[in-house]
Amino acid sequence: MVPIEISGVTLTYDTPSGKVPGVKDISVAIKPSEFVCIVGPSGCGKSTLLNMIAGFLTPAEGEIRIDGKKVDGHGLDRGMVFQDFAQLFPWRTALGNVCFGLEMKGVPKDEREKIAREQLRLVKLEKFCSSYPHHMSGGMQQRVAIARALAYNPSVLLMDEPFAALDALTRDDMQRLLADVWRETRKTVIYVTHNVSEAVYLADRVLVMSPHPGTVKIDLPVTLPRPRDPLSIEFIEHQKILLDHLGHAAGGGAQTQHA
Amino acid sequence: MSDAAAVVGRPDARVGRQTWRTAWRNTFPFLVVAALWEIVAWLGVFPRQLFPPIEDIAARFVSLTASGILEHHTVDTVLRLLAGFGLAAVFGVAIGVAMGRSRRAEDILLPLISIVAPIPGLAYAPLFLLWFGLGNLPSILLVGFVSAFPVIFNSWTGVKAVKEIWLRSAQAMGADDRRLFRQVILPGALPYILTGLRLGLAQAWRILIAVEMLAAVPWGLGWLIFGARKFLDTDAMMSGIVIIALLGLALEKFVFKKIEDYTVVRWGMVK
Ligand SMILES: Nc1ncnc2c1ncn2[C@@H]1O[C@H](COP(=O)(O)OP(=O)(O)O)[C@@H](O)[C@H]1O
Ligand SMILES: [Mg+2]
Repeated sequence: MVPIEISGVTLTYDTPSGKVPGVKDISVAIKPSEFVCIVGPSGCGKSTLLNMIAGFLTPAEGEIRIDGKKVDGHGLDRGMVFQDFAQLFPWRTALGNVCFGLEMKGVPKDEREKIAREQLRLVKLEKFCSSYPHHMSGGMQQRVAIARALAYNPSVLLMDEPFAALDALTRDDMQRLLADVWRETRKTVIYVTHNVSEAVYLADRVLVMSPHPGTVKIDLPVTLPRPRDPLSIEFIEHQKILLDHLGHAAGGGAQTQHA
Repeated sequence: MSDAAAVVGRPDARVGRQTWRTAWRNTFPFLVVAALWEIVAWLGVFPRQLFPPIEDIAARFVSLTASGILEHHTVDTVLRLLAGFGLAAVFGVAIGVAMGRSRRAEDILLPLISIVAPIPGLAYAPLFLLWFGLGNLPSILLVGFVSAFPVIFNSWTGVKAVKEIWLRSAQAMGADDRRLFRQVILPGALPYILTGLRLGLAQAWRILIAVEMLAAVPWGLGWLIFGARKFLDTDAMMSGIVIIALLGLALEKFVFKKIEDYTVVRWGMVK
């Protein structure tokens, strides 16, 4: 929906034991409605970069522009989904959780419930509107989190390893569901993962990051037709290429899992 | 859990039996103690007036109730309890939450509170009696003062324990400070706040009964128990103690339990 320009972004963490490099001099241009995956070994700065785009962290150097507007703090033009299931508010039902952003926006009750129901339908949870998160499985909770991030209609969806804590089967389902949701909503998505096949399954473009300090090493387009077949030769070839790059990036420690 | 299964299987009979079994399990220990009490009383280890059998206590309980005396004592005590504990709840939650939210408030208040809180509440009683005279005022203020500490500590801990990720999610969805507080921090800290209130109420009971013995209030369960000593009126003392126990039980079962079931238990925040 909107373009994102990341230019020369650098961030260093100040810790009691000295400076820890987060990310260094990252420049990327993301097109409207593009699905971008960021892969890389743990600690290479994926979350740092995402949190800067989200506005939780401010880059020390460089800037991020969304739709031409410089990012300064968080805003309703971005939705965020975290890895942790605990991101949902346990004191709100699924519907209440999805309503939260709309409530903050001042949308009247009837209307926001209508929108929230619609969002829950999109993630196939319309039957669980009145369930509390603790009665839902991890996969369901992450779907509510996606619905919640989409409900107030941000133009950018930021996702930090949202399915990493799910079992493999559920993760496959969730990836298919997310691909459908993206096709329907056409958000610009930035999706962090350390799972190569997940990246090839979802992305228009994969950014491979390498650590110490965190930089973008390779920018690889994935042009396979959708919906993608994880067992096709081309799919596996893409995976191989990425793993090769990751092997260099991580010094051999990259992991793969089948989508 | 097993209740739900039973309902599906065979409705009334099972559930009924279950309820009876629970009731029996809960009353059994009391029956044992009552039996032992009866035996000691009838053996005459103490004079009957000092260690009356349960029939005497029951008879006295009934006559005190019939004359309205017991009710009067009870009502006065409960009103003081509500006033004092109400103060503790309002100020305790406010102070505790402020400490959890603001570094400044924490730095200033925590050292003070850490020193004042561990001192037994009754130690402050003479001071309060000197400052505020006898009667209701010092009793209520002392109850409020002493029972505020557990509320403060737990509210403070609760706010600190609010998950970072809730705050982040809420902020990402555009929550301003005020709504972050009402919609996230308060419900997020609620399990701790409720624990604090429960401990505060127990504290309030203890200090109230004690201070009623000192503050020369005309009515009140503490006063009933203390005053009865002069007349060796053990039956009246026991009646007062029974009322205190019943009130405590009722507050726990019909107030705290209900609030918890409706909130933090329903939300899965405590088991
Ligand atoms: N809050 C923080 N304080 C200090 N160092 C941090 C903090 N967050 C991340 N880092 C460091 O910054 C680097 C990048 O971290 P992160 O962005 O979380 O990586 P990733 O998400 O790719 O695993 C790591 O070396 C990590 O130790
Ligand atoms: Mg991370």
